[in-house]
Amino acid sequence: MTLELTNIAKTFPDGTRALLPTDLEIAKGEIVSLLGPSGCGKSTLLRIIAGLEVSDLGARIVFDGEDVTRQPVETRKMGMVFQSYALFPNMSVRGNIGYGLKMQKLPKPEIAARVDEVILLCRLEPFAERAVTALSGGQRQRVALARAMAPRPRVLLLDEPLSSLDAALRGQLRDELAMLLRQFGITAIFVTHDQDEAMAIADRVAVMSQGEVAQIGSPEALYRNPTNGFVARFVGDAMPLEGQIKAGQLHLPSGVLSLPKPADGQEVLVRAEDIHLDPEGPIAARVESVTFLGTHYRIGLAGLGPGLLFALHSGLSAPKPGTDVRLTIVPEALLILPKEVAA
Amino acid sequence: MKSITKSIPMIVTLLACFFLLVPIIQSVLAGLTVNYFRGLSSGLTLSWIGKVWALYSGSIFLSIWLALACLACTLVLGVPAAYALARNPGRASRILEEFISLPLAIPGLALALALLQLYGTYQGFRMHWSFILVGHVLYTLPFMVRSVLSVLAAIDLKTLEEGAASLGADPARRFIDIVVPNALPGILAGALTVVTLSIGEFNLTWMLHTPLMKTLPVGLADSYASMRLEVASAYTLVFFVMIVPLLMAMQWASARAQRIMQ
Repeated sequence: MTLELTNIAKTFPDGTRALLPTDLEIAKGEIVSLLGPSGCGKSTLLRIIAGLEVSDLGARIVFDGEDVTRQPVETRKMGMVFQSYALFPNMSVRGNIGYGLKMQKLPKPEIAARVDEVILLCRLEPFAERAVTALSGGQRQRVALARAMAPRPRVLLLDEPLSSLDAALRGQLRDELAMLLRQFGITAIFVTHDQDEAMAIADRVAVMSQGEVAQIGSPEALYRNPTNGFVARFVGDAMPLEGQIKAGQLHLPSGVLSLPKPADGQEVLVRAEDIHLDPEGPIAARVESVTFLGTHYRIGLAGLGPGLLFALHSGLSAPKPGTDVRLTIVPEALLILPKEVAA
Repeated sequence: MKSITKSIPMIVTLLACFFLLVPIIQSVLAGLTVNYFRGLSSGLTLSWIGKVWALYSGSIFLSIWLALACLACTLVLGVPAAYALARNPGRASRILEEFISLPLAIPGLALALALLQLYGTYQGFRMHWSFILVGHVLYTLPFMVRSVLSVLAAIDLKTLEEGAASLGADPARRFIDIVVPNALPGILAGALTVVTLSIGEFNLTWMLHTPLMKTLPVGLADSYASMRLEVASAYTLVFFVMIVPLLMAMQWASARAQRIMQ
């Protein structure tokens, strides 16, 4: 086990509990993502691991058996990529990447050799001598990664590394970052609020909500078997179906759906890709909106819950808004989860 | 009609410049004429400047020395102070900043009196150049602090330092490698301001000086009071030659710092 976190919590001076006591174990070479909406405590947890924030008493951070809880950030040997990149404007790309090695007091030729190596790996050769202020967002992001990786840290911590890029670039750099991290073979913790990013990059995702880890598991496990409504909503955008649950059946205003198992006192959720238009379907709804998305239509349906429910429809044409349609949802696709306690 | 309304501001500006420049030109010429009362027809000479040099070169060197010493003090005190204020933004910092700036609002005369009351009885200190230096540092420190602070406030210092810390830099290294280089435009602008102000400062220095400790502006007052008008005017010329390039450099550095902050 590379990194063991025990009882990490953070209470701010004004009494706000940003992070409730949390335990986490991360294996060597594993990439773990902390995923959650803003204010869920994910950045606080990352900053505590880095040593940039002090956790409440009773916490323990252990690296390969070495307790680093009381060590300051500069001796923890952790690489960090910041949301704003925090590149040093007074140094060139090379200067930035070499800074960590300079702090390790390595001889100059070795620094130069290791900087070259990382520059090559991150495909920054054309920019090596440039000022960091003369780089684009994507290039800065790569410099930030190269700078954090050059001193060969024990763990790489990334705080929303893609969120200051524009949307088009983000998708491309997400895959590039995932590839680079695998290439480095480094243990990494990656904070994001974007589920696609977490899914694409991480081996394991810890979904966080209101200062706690709501569920931790592989992206597939989180998607297929969420253990609570928050995770189902946040990962894969599950939507609640509101009706009367009577044993193995859900009574909606417009029809009855059979459930895979008795669900009294629980809530039933469904994902957009599992709602199918079917003239023979057991439930009815009215089409409110239709959005053409190229490979499919996104259809907003009224009459199944308090708001609109969305269905993905991949036919060649879609029903017009205002028409009534019938739907099927296979019982296996329904997620039956404990009711979320209102926050 | 339109062209006249357009040219009015230009004419006003030119008149204002003329109004300001004529006395200066007159004074400079007075320092270069053989006999001011006979006018230019008496011929031009550099001998008055030679006379100024013979009489007041000590003041010139003392002023340069004081300005450099003052610069050293404001750098050592002001840059870390600005850094501390930038890193801990809050009510206490604002109050402290106002407190450091207080000497700007108090007349130099009052400041000098306070210094005299407190330290005037220490004869060795009272007669030493460092007594004037204390006054100059008090007066110029706010300019250094504010200049550096405004540049530091414009960069995300906290995250930059966290970045350096995550790469293994201890607080002292972070200050030298990250804080100082990034504050450099502000330090440069502040340094030029401090030197210019220190060389030109009169109010405070007039109160603090001793007959053997005359700075450039105090010497100027002295020359007007006790020398021929031509000598005093030549002195003004020397003063201009020293202060104008500094003033221009200061303007350039401030403009540069402003640009970097955007």
